[in-house]
Amino acid sequence: MNFKNFKFDLSNKNKNLIPQVLTVLFILLLIIYFTINAQNNMGNRGISFGFGFLSQESSFDITFSLIDYDGSHSYARAFLVGLLNTILVSVIGIFFATILGVTVGISRLSQNYLIAKTAEWYVEIFRNIPLILQIFFWYFAALRALPLTIDSINFYDISFLNVKGWYVPKFLWTNFSLFLYSIIFSIIAIIFFLRYAKQQRDEFGKQFPTFYISVAILFVLPTLTFLIGGVSLTFEIPELTQLSKTVYVYKGGVSIIPELIALALALSMYTATFIAENVRAGILGVSKGQKEAAASIGLTKGQILKLVVMPQALRIIIPPTTNQYLNLTKNSSLAAAIAYPDIVLVFAGTALMQTGRAIEIISITMLTYLSLSLSISVFMNWYNKKMAIKEK
Amino acid sequence: MNIVNFKPNKDNLKSTLPIGIFLISIGLIDIILNSLLNFNLTSFLPEKISFIAPLIFGAIGLYLIRIEFSGNKLLDKINKNFNSSSFNAILTLLVIFALIKYVPPLLNWFIFDADFIGNKKEDCTSGGACWVFVKVWFNRFVYGMYPDAEQWRINSAFIMLFLLVGASFFVPSKYKKYLLIFLVFVYPIIGLKLISGGDFGLKYVETGAWGGLSLTFIVSAFALILCFPIGMLLALGRRSNLPAIRYSSIGFIELWRGVPLITVLFMSAVMFPMFLPDGTYVDKLIRVLIAITLFEAAYMAEVIRGGLQALPKGQYEAAKSLGMGYWRMHFLIVLPQALKLVIPGIANTFLALVKDTPLIFVVGLLELAGMVNLAKTNPKWLGMAMEGYVFAGLVFWVICYAMSRYSQNLERKLSTERQ
Repeated sequence: MNFKNFKFDLSNKNKNLIPQVLTVLFILLLIIYFTINAQNNMGNRGISFGFGFLSQESSFDITFSLIDYDGSHSYARAFLVGLLNTILVSVIGIFFATILGVTVGISRLSQNYLIAKTAEWYVEIFRNIPLILQIFFWYFAALRALPLTIDSINFYDISFLNVKGWYVPKFLWTNFSLFLYSIIFSIIAIIFFLRYAKQQRDEFGKQFPTFYISVAILFVLPTLTFLIGGVSLTFEIPELTQLSKTVYVYKGGVSIIPELIALALALSMYTATFIAENVRAGILGVSKGQKEAAASIGLTKGQILKLVVMPQALRIIIPPTTNQYLNLTKNSSLAAAIAYPDIVLVFAGTALMQTGRAIEIISITMLTYLSLSLSISVFMNWYNKKMAIKEK
Repeated sequence: MNIVNFKPNKDNLKSTLPIGIFLISIGLIDIILNSLLNFNLTSFLPEKISFIAPLIFGAIGLYLIRIEFSGNKLLDKINKNFNSSSFNAILTLLVIFALIKYVPPLLNWFIFDADFIGNKKEDCTSGGACWVFVKVWFNRFVYGMYPDAEQWRINSAFIMLFLLVGASFFVPSKYKKYLLIFLVFVYPIIGLKLISGGDFGLKYVETGAWGGLSLTFIVSAFALILCFPIGMLLALGRRSNLPAIRYSSIGFIELWRGVPLITVLFMSAVMFPMFLPDGTYVDKLIRVLIAITLFEAAYMAEVIRGGLQALPKGQYEAAKSLGMGYWRMHFLIVLPQALKLVIPGIANTFLALVKDTPLIFVVGLLELAGMVNLAKTNPKWLGMAMEGYVFAGLVFWVICYAMSRYSQNLERKLSTERQ
């Protein structure tokens, strides 16, 4: 036997296999180690792993809730309250951040030197200050400087702003569901109409004033429900009531707690800076030749913006902006710092203190955020694929 | 003269320009008098018209001076940058009016009416900002509860870091490698030992006493130094051909990127101890450092992956054809170029890291923002929240703005090299 030519066979297959096996082994060992420790620790403390506590009575109150909730409801219900509050502040934040961000982003490209500079400084200032500090500032410094209930800032006698929060009229609907159905129906009608208009345009070259007709449908149908469907809307205006000699409160209406205002303000102003940068990059990303080409085939300024610039700019703007929406949602967890009852404060804070079930509760909280992120990124990938330039 | 078709142009420049400038001045004077001296120039008009009178005057004035190719360079420049259309003219006026109305009060609060002298709250009498608060608490804002006599240790640790980083710019590239290895693997241990003490005759200072701005720097510096190599490995792992490694990297990255930092910190505070053998105690600060490092490493990995993807395939192929193995190819050819491409992304990650450090208050560590929160609840200093947050915001802003500027410069410098 010739030993000289013997070589340990480290073929490509084995070479690839060894690091993989090692990685998997390492992860498995880590998980096993953690599980054993966790079991020991929980055994020592006399608790067992499980999610049964979710149906137990929570016996703590939450200051702000969109659904019926008090201490007699379950922990699962408390989780839902927190989740809804998180979603509420995220939606409000996303709405205002988008409006502000788009405005600032377009302003940065303005020919007007003052406007462009103002927008630039807005971005530079608010982007470079930690969000948590901005939340603290609005909540502890700015909103605390508001007047007391008795000398509230009065907006046309229907809405009042004071240190306890913002009191706005409450909508009192009759037959609200009918109104809602009519809106849904008119949106469906608009979609069908737009499809029909597109088909007509593609086949016969017929042009419809699609925008005006869509607006008309959206307004006419819901208005009809007011006139003949028996839908009506009244407002409950908050009123100043004296409880004792020096204590005044506003009763009726909807009260928006200062925690929510501070959080929504800080989140939207902070995220708007990033959206503004995305918008600016998107508009700058459309090459000048595109606009010139569009102008040379005789499109008007409005048509250039709508048909040539925006579709291309949106392709650049939307992916990073969705990312910012996601960041905003995750950042809303900073609510815990000012005691806005979001999912982190209610569930990972109060509920955890009461039950001591760290592993279950932290896992549920993290999984909630994780599934939110993953679903948005799945949507993003789908959207990117759909919007990608289809090259021939 | 046909008044309907009247349009300011080069021919009637002599008459329209003075009228225009006069009207604009009236508008500006009205606003200045109104906001500074509380005197209404147009009080004879009805209230609502008087309110928008300066805007009307200014807009007409700007319309009158909007003359294309007037021959006057200054006028052309003004028209181009501030007055290109009626809409722009009104925006310009609104911005100027807002500046006149809001900047002086802010400056007054900030500087002119502010108090700087004294050492207690009662010394603040003039109605502006009470910077005495910041002055008195300054030491706490920077060093937290760290004992006064031992603060030289924090200072020397930071001076050492600055010297090391500074030296890396000057030493010959032959030794840079060793310096870098020293900075990444040896310095963190020396620095932590110096600040925490316990050996070599240094008094032990428990991490609960650390705080203030120095803690912000400690956390962000250590997390940055440690998250870089991990992020690099994760990025390589994510692009690996080996499925087990690729999927575990993807899983790790997406797990951290999908959750907010605050829940990660909660996890390190309440859940992590459950996973360790009973009785082991890992210091709070160490746990936080691990949590932030892993969190930022996931973001860093995505940034570096962007650089790896942007690199032309030819670079990989050329390296392979020279007979380089996986590690040599990546460390000598691919990563140096890829990292250069993503310097802005790395800087952004670091910026985000610095801005995230205040969150460590959830586990009870108080850096700058946390110390402000503590100071403003001190019974002797109630009502100082505004000053505290403005100060903290200013400090963070200076740090972050300087860093973003530096990264932009670096990016510009490197990009010219490539062309």
